[in-house]
Amino acid sequence: MHPLSLDYKKQKVVIIIAFLIIPLAMLFTFSFLPLLRMLMYSFTDWNGLSKTMENVGWKNYSKVFSDPDYFSVFKVSLYYFGASFVQIALALYFATILSFKLAGRNFFRGALFFPYLINGVAIGFIFKIFFRGDGTLDYLLTNLGLGGWIQKWIANAKIINFSLAATSVWRYMGFNFIIFLGTIQSVPNELYEAAEIDGANRWHQFRYIIWPSIRRIIGLNLLLAINGSISVFEIPYIMTFGANGSTTYVIQTINTAFERNHFGLASAMGIILLAIVIMVALMQRLLFKEKEVETW
Amino acid sequence: MVKIKYAGSTLFKYLTLLLGVLAVVVPIVVVFIASFKTSKEYLSTSPIALPENFFNFENYKYAFVDGKMLLGYFNTIIILVVSLTGATLLGSMVAFVINRFKFKGRGVILFMFLAAMMIPAITTQITTFQIVKFFGLYGTRWAPIILFMGTDIISIYIFLRFMESISTSIDESAMIDGASYFRIYWNLILPLLVPAITTVIIIKGVGIYNDFYIPQLYMPKKEMSVVSTALYRFQGPYGKAWEIISAGIVITIVPILGAFLFLQRYFYNGFTQGSIKS
Repeated sequence: MHPLSLDYKKQKVVIIIAFLIIPLAMLFTFSFLPLLRMLMYSFTDWNGLSKTMENVGWKNYSKVFSDPDYFSVFKVSLYYFGASFVQIALALYFATILSFKLAGRNFFRGALFFPYLINGVAIGFIFKIFFRGDGTLDYLLTNLGLGGWIQKWIANAKIINFSLAATSVWRYMGFNFIIFLGTIQSVPNELYEAAEIDGANRWHQFRYIIWPSIRRIIGLNLLLAINGSISVFEIPYIMTFGANGSTTYVIQTINTAFERNHFGLASAMGIILLAIVIMVALMQRLLFKEKEVETW
Repeated sequence: MVKIKYAGSTLFKYLTLLLGVLAVVVPIVVVFIASFKTSKEYLSTSPIALPENFFNFENYKYAFVDGKMLLGYFNTIIILVVSLTGATLLGSMVAFVINRFKFKGRGVILFMFLAAMMIPAITTQITTFQIVKFFGLYGTRWAPIILFMGTDIISIYIFLRFMESISTSIDESAMIDGASYFRIYWNLILPLLVPAITTVIIIKGVGIYNDFYIPQLYMPKKEMSVVSTALYRFQGPYGKAWEIISAGIVITIVPILGAFLFLQRYFYNGFTQGSIKS
């Protein structure tokens, strides 16, 4: 035994405590404590300022599901949920063709991924310029002889959510793409070579090699699209501030708290969102548990 | 016959790739072009017509000085440097302790960080706001710094994976020389973690640089603008002055484009690694 080994035993205790105390204190103060307080407020009528508040039971929760003013914002999520299928399909297509050797592959990969790195405010403004009357889109359509298709992309309440959801696809497609590409490329190359020797064409290679390796991650991405579409915030907030029927659940929550001072009601909305996230996580555990264990 | 089919599919591939790239590039290039136009020129020419003078930096001057983009950079850089330093240290400390020592509660601690990631970040600001105010951080740069500094499961996970590849025999030989655990962490492990640190800095750095709502909520004063909130404020005063707004957009994008071009490999690895668990 080393003479200092006892000392190391004591040191171990000290360093475990010293290294964990700040991260854990921050985790409690800025993640769990806000959550706990949100749960508490969700049963009150607190306005965010006054020292007193009444207990209102489940009233806030039932209001979210019964008041059309609040319930209707869930409908907006459906546009984004639908768009996430388009997003995943595009990502899968581009990831598949770029997983094979191809001239200019690095350029295409970079260009398709880059929007994911751009600042949300910049993206919001880029697409305000793109969609505005006589803007880029209208100009392109006119010159392609499709002038008849021109719409009030942002001003028309029937169109706006399609435009915003399309912007969202533009922003986030690259992320799915890069994840799919990484998964496909983790398949050993010999598998493709062996398949080619056996006379498999590209479709066979996709069907029997790529698809099985990527099925899980696609399922996961579709499931997570539920969270994504209900948590939409930046694009509509920046582009329209929720005007014209583009208010999303999270914008509504934030406005209920900070604009209308109904902190109790807003807290209930926050808890409902968390409940949805937890349900999705549990579904993920149930559906995709096989490979989960090996990481830790 | 086979050859013809093959050429056809290659053509289709490139055609779709071209369309994809155009869809990404056109909205951005239009903004780039507009940023060099005078307001008269912007209103009278088509969006894809090149500017008369590519050296017309008037809009940039407006955006930087009047639009407070310069100030925004100053604040963003301070927030980035302080919070990334903190996040790197805190995250690697947690990973060091969890990877190098067996003790009760390891699993629970990891689970708590994992659970915290699921909490929707924007909606909980309703109550985080009161806590930040309670500590007197509201209206100061410390509010975003502290909120960004807290470590998260993705950073811990990246550090843990990398630390698994650092042999414990390094620790042991240092212990024979009588080095303390803190010395082992500070002098041996931390320098070896540099590739993992780079990954964490890129993922978190992009997130912090692009974050809009936290600075918007906690630093509403104009003098406290960061890049994204400075740009957001262009909507008011410049209303329809799209050429000035365009300059602001370009100013926001250029640094991230530069970083991406120089550190591509790290970006790809970082974002694919970071998502494995989520």
